[in-house]
Amino acid sequence: MTIASNTPMTRKEWIQVLARADCRDLEAACRQIAPLPPYRFIRRPETGMVMVRARAGGVGRPFNMGEATLTRCSLQLDGGPSGTAYILGRNPRHAELAALVDALLQDPSRGAELMASVIAPLVSKLRSQRQSQAQKTAATKVEFFTMARGE
Amino acid sequence: MYVAVKGGEQAIDNAHRLLAETRRGDPGEPDIGVAQIEQQLGLGVDRVMTEGALYDRELAALAVKQAQGDLVEAIFLLRAFRTTLPRFGNTRPIDTDTMIIRRRISATFKDLPGGQVLGPTYDYTHRLIDFSLQAADGKPPRVAIADADAGAPGSMPRIAEILSTDGMIAAEPTHAQEAPVGDLTREPLHLPASRDVRLQNLVRGDEGFLLALAYSLQRGFGAAHHPFLGEIRLGEVTVVIEPAELDFEIAIGEITVTECVMLNRFNGSAETPPGFLQGYGLTFGHCERKAMAMAMMDRALRWRETGEIPSHPSQQDEFVLYHSDNVEASGFLQHLKLPHYVDFQSERVLLRRLQAEYAAKTTNQDDPNPEARSGD
Repeated sequence: MTIASNTPMTRKEWIQVLARADCRDLEAACRQIAPLPPYRFIRRPETGMVMVRARAGGVGRPFNMGEATLTRCSLQLDGGPSGTAYILGRNPRHAELAALVDALLQDPSRGAELMASVIAPLVSKLRSQRQSQAQKTAATKVEFFTMARGE
Repeated sequence: MYVAVKGGEQAIDNAHRLLAETRRGDPGEPDIGVAQIEQQLGLGVDRVMTEGALYDRELAALAVKQAQGDLVEAIFLLRAFRTTLPRFGNTRPIDTDTMIIRRRISATFKDLPGGQVLGPTYDYTHRLIDFSLQAADGKPPRVAIADADAGAPGSMPRIAEILSTDGMIAAEPTHAQEAPVGDLTREPLHLPASRDVRLQNLVRGDEGFLLALAYSLQRGFGAAHHPFLGEIRLGEVTVVIEPAELDFEIAIGEITVTECVMLNRFNGSAETPPGFLQGYGLTFGHCERKAMAMAMMDRALRWRETGEIPSHPSQQDEFVLYHSDNVEASGFLQHLKLPHYVDFQSERVLLRRLQAEYAAKTTNQDDPNPEARSGD
């Protein structure tokens, strides 16, 4: 996932951030924006699977690798935009909150504020997790030497 | 023919209660948490997800707990669970080129572009029991951390890309990219199986079975030439779907996968020039031994492309693909524990008759005129 830092985030980008967020962080963020506006479900949180495909040799013919659990949710704010979430795993609350924040972010009157208070901290957390992982991995970079014989 | 029996309900119910108590063990010990299994027995969880053919760490960890650590039983539980869920669709094929790499090694090129990172590995450990783990002091282990500017890994081209530049390897056939993708969860296995179906079968296949078959190849039962580990990668790949209600694709998160490419020389045939032919292994989570065994088996089953003559069990689709699934194998083997009283009774009746005939025959052997027994 690459996140451009200077241009305004697109809906696709924030949906991707919300899908990856820790549900506890979403709960905390939603407590801050309380009271949450009323909304109705277009599709209640529902868990199913998606077949993960891969390619032979990484680049060739597609094949079915195995499934992954997936939870989706769609909802609509009263008289406002609708939000959608697809998340890996089986946490219905995560899907509901992600769909709710997706809808709220499309509301011109509060989108910018939510972008700063909810999405920005999630992005920076994801970034720092990835950076920390990369630094630990880099510490195991190895140089092998072939032993020269008879020289 | 299997003839069913009735009864035993109370005893079965009580046996399951006893199982629950046995699973729990000494109540003086803390109950093991699913998150602990997920975190601290992660490689077992990864195997269950791969062979259970369902990526869900928490669910796989729960299955491991329920099965008391019996991974094949846990795989069965996961496979049974997946039948209760609807399928929403397929992902775009995962792109392992853009993997967030945590481990990447090659045994063929010392200085391959992008370098080698060992990552979390048991390689080069001494396999001595570490008694310090028994004295759990709760302190997290200290990990080495590289400078922040070293944290961004460079591009890591795949091994086939490197070899293809000097014509050492044939490109992966891509002509069939738009062909329908076979799915063993929807249609039974038909032979000869196409490569997409073989790969799906091998991902789900039992690690022990594939390991032993790959080992047999190495020992001379199939692999004409030394196999080489082109590359192993471990890391996170992005899962991309295109939901019907959105008019754009979304990446819904990352899954951990292990990818392995094995290289095996092919001396050429009338149609195909000499070169390396690759075998491909891919698993959920970190299952390196499995990914290597799978890659060996994928290569062995590609003999139709090269014109090699299959002469060993590991090269026979039917032998490999029909026996790789440990849920099927375990079910068929373990059904032998169910009462077979009527079948066995019929065997006894038959044996009694054969024994009587045999006894009659051996008595007749004392007969000085053997021609009288001909035709039996």
